[in-house]
Amino acid sequence: MNCDEFVELVTAYLEGTLDPETRRRFVEHLAECEGCDRYLDQIRNTLHTLATLPAQSLPARARDRLLAAFQDWHR
Amino acid sequence: MATVDEGARPGAERLPPEADLVVRLRGGDGAAFAAVLDAWSPGLLRVARTYVASDEAAEDAVQETWLAVIRGLHRFEGRSSLRTWAYRILINIAKTQGVRDRRTVVWSTLDADEHGPTVAPDRFRGSDDPYPGHWRQTPAAWPSPESEVVSREVRDTIEAALADLPHRQRVVITLRDVDGYSSEEVCSILDISAANQRVLLHRARAAVRGRLERYFSTEEARR
Repeated sequence: MNCDEFVELVTAYLEGTLDPETRRRFVEHLAECEGCDRYLDQIRNTLHTLATLPAQSLPARARDRLLAAFQDWHR
Repeated sequence: MATVDEGARPGAERLPPEADLVVRLRGGDGAAFAAVLDAWSPGLLRVARTYVASDEAAEDAVQETWLAVIRGLHRFEGRSSLRTWAYRILINIAKTQGVRDRRTVVWSTLDADEHGPTVAPDRFRGSDDPYPGHWRQTPAAWPSPESEVVSREVRDTIEAALADLPHRQRVVITLRDVDGYSSEEVCSILDISAANQRVLLHRARAAVRGRLERYFSTEEARR
């Protein structure tokens, strides 16, 4: 496998959707290529960082209004 | 303005099982409603924001969504999960809102920017090289974080990268990697095939990684 093929298969690899033969070639290449090992590592690093982005909440007033709307509907 | 609350991530929610939840919501259980409201609003806001032009418009779309959920609960048939159903309502509302905001988004087949390599071809050796298709230069190592906390600049870089993505890629990566939803749920929310979802996710991840790479290389140059 070449590196330019490897980088396009990274998501399918992480999703577990590579067919067994391609997966074997992918893993073999990974074991012998420092650049691709680093690339995959950086993708994983990117995913980790994406998962730490701060969440936004509804403003308290909107939240209160929705809680009241829920109670009203069930009254 | 929305407030930042790092504690409330959808993945961290503690909600009763789905069937139980629907029964409790239909029965008017306010605590159950508060729990879903707090658990799902952050993700709904992020997705709404990809369709509309401002944080305020996204908040409006999410509020409208919850009102539609409240009113429609007795008609919910359970063919999807309640959360998927809520997201579908949101997307319909946000699309309408987005049209009013003149940010129309088309979920047609793959766009022109969704083909071709995700890493610049000149990063790899050409066909006249003894090792065609291999890295010309190994990607530069990224600095190892000084602590567990992701720096503000890195987050800002990622947020900017997300905002610049083609819309469909932005929605998919937001749902999958920021909110942490499964491939199945995202396909169901967006009504797209698994293969299509994977292409969008792949391109989005490569683009965000590329942005981080540029950020770290300019950081390096500044030292």
